[in-house]
Amino acid sequence: MTTEALTLLVFGPLVAGLTMIVAPRRATLPVALLGLLSLPLALWPLTRAVGRGDEVRLALAGVAAPLGIAWRLDALAVTMLWLTLAVALLVSMHALSSFPPASDAGQRFWPLWLILVGSVHALFVSADLFNLYVTLELVTLAAVAMTALSGAPGAMRAAMRYLLLGLMASLFYLLSIALLYGQTGTLDLYQVGERLGEDGAVAVIALALMITSLLVKSAIVPLHVWLPAAHAKAPGPVSAVLSGLVVKVALYILIRVWFWTGAAATGANAAGAAATGANAALVLGLLGAASIVYGSLAALLQARLKMLVAYSTVAQLGYVMLVFPLASTAAFRAVAFHLVAHGLAKAAMFLAAANILHALGSDRLSRLLGVDKRLPVNVLAFVIAGVSIMGLPPSGGFVAKWMLLQAAWQQQGWGWVALISVGGLLATAYVLRVVALAYAEPRSARSAQRTTQQREGPAAPLGRRFGLTNVSALLLALLAIVLGLAPTPLLGLIDLGLPPGLTP
Amino acid sequence: MTSSLVYMLAASAVFGIGVFGLITAEHLMQKLLALNVIGSAVFIFMLTVAGTTPEGPDPVAQALVLTGIVIAVSATAFALALMVRIVQETRLTSLWGRDDED
Repeated sequence: MTTEALTLLVFGPLVAGLTMIVAPRRATLPVALLGLLSLPLALWPLTRAVGRGDEVRLALAGVAAPLGIAWRLDALAVTMLWLTLAVALLVSMHALSSFPPASDAGQRFWPLWLILVGSVHALFVSADLFNLYVTLELVTLAAVAMTALSGAPGAMRAAMRYLLLGLMASLFYLLSIALLYGQTGTLDLYQVGERLGEDGAVAVIALALMITSLLVKSAIVPLHVWLPAAHAKAPGPVSAVLSGLVVKVALYILIRVWFWTGAAATGANAAGAAATGANAALVLGLLGAASIVYGSLAALLQARLKMLVAYSTVAQLGYVMLVFPLASTAAFRAVAFHLVAHGLAKAAMFLAAANILHALGSDRLSRLLGVDKRLPVNVLAFVIAGVSIMGLPPSGGFVAKWMLLQAAWQQQGWGWVALISVGGLLATAYVLRVVALAYAEPRSARSAQRTTQQREGPAAPLGRRFGLTNVSALLLALLAIVLGLAPTPLLGLIDLGLPPGLTP
Repeated sequence: MTSSLVYMLAASAVFGIGVFGLITAEHLMQKLLALNVIGSAVFIFMLTVAGTTPEGPDPVAQALVLTGIVIAVSATAFALALMVRIVQETRLTSLWGRDDED
């Protein structure tokens, strides 16, 4: 039962995506619905099985590793799969309206979209380093193609920059796998660490290459240069998925390799490796700090809404890096929760920003003056998502930041405590900058007249206000709030998948 | 053992050349070629790893190289298509310079 569910989870969307390419136009919508709506049915029994403590494994087509493809599902993977499901379904809802399946644009969007979802699923269940490489490459290629979807020169140039850096990072990762395989004779995520025992130098080079590669893909400062333009210039639903899911995929691999593979390696030859590990963890933490500060300041300086939201992603991803120096169960829980909360809130924020861009024809912040009158539902979605990004209660973002603050406090890491607080303040500043503009009354009568002229008529009628595009943004934002009101189920799930050998 | 050392050094040199080219080249075509050079270096390295086991060539490492080549070919094809579109739309062959606004 679980193996069938696991197969459906990965191959359902992939097959649906490939079918759409060859199937006639009118088949796109039913195939997409079939591919997407089967996902909760597959994920539910898997969650039950993992909740019972069963280990879900599958050797694809009965061929065992290392030549075959091995899948393994644990609670961390299930957590990420639920995030994927929530974002995928609600972003699909947006895309039903912004990329109608029967239109030309829809014909290009939907196959790529389902292939991306299938690749992300395949990545989360992969149990060996090489499969992670293949699926990461699939995710990157699909993401780049979707970035360039609009065909606008700016979008294609951003996509090209993303592709070049992404491919370089992939090759670094591949070289690292070659080194690790030469050293240990295995690719299994868990066995590699156990066998890395003696020779430290090769292991250090290999892990350094792998970490660099993953830092590029997860856009940690100073390797973030590709992200803002790519995320800002992509079409609305695509930006939401890129910021909500795709960047997190690389962070997921980083956490996996660090806490599962790496921890086993330090266990094998204690003292020396532990010291190197601690230094590397500190470096990663400092890069995270740089991301938080730089990303937030850059967000404050942006003149365009989508660029602001994109830089906010750079900042928020920085928090994930704090799990490496803090290295405690408390920090791990906080960061896993943050991945989910940020995924939902940022997807909501990007959808709202895209709707505003679509309605105004521009996302310059100066044009946002009084936009609340015209797009009340969108502005509301943006504000609610902003509450979670700022880390105000009651929201998922608040729970995550609070737990992270507690984790830093426990270890008397005052520097990290200060950093998390400053990061929160900066986030408040850049979110409120937008909110204040959107709710502002135009000051003088003249500027009021000018804004009225800019509007293409009276406020949208109520039916259009609650269209698919607005409601999907609002629902995602509300989910981020629900996560703060009822964090227990998600925390329970995260607790089942804690990495081995962490201090509480 | 010495022959594998030669291969390893060659792979490292080619890898370095590729990274240098990727960073310094302006033309998109050169950047793509540089990426393929890096890819070749990684494949040489992996094949060296495959050949050093005492029981003869290791099939797993060879399977990895084959998969890697397939991925590299498709990624290159995609990048070329994107490059052609960019050149057609912008008449620019590099990513330098500011993007047009609005």
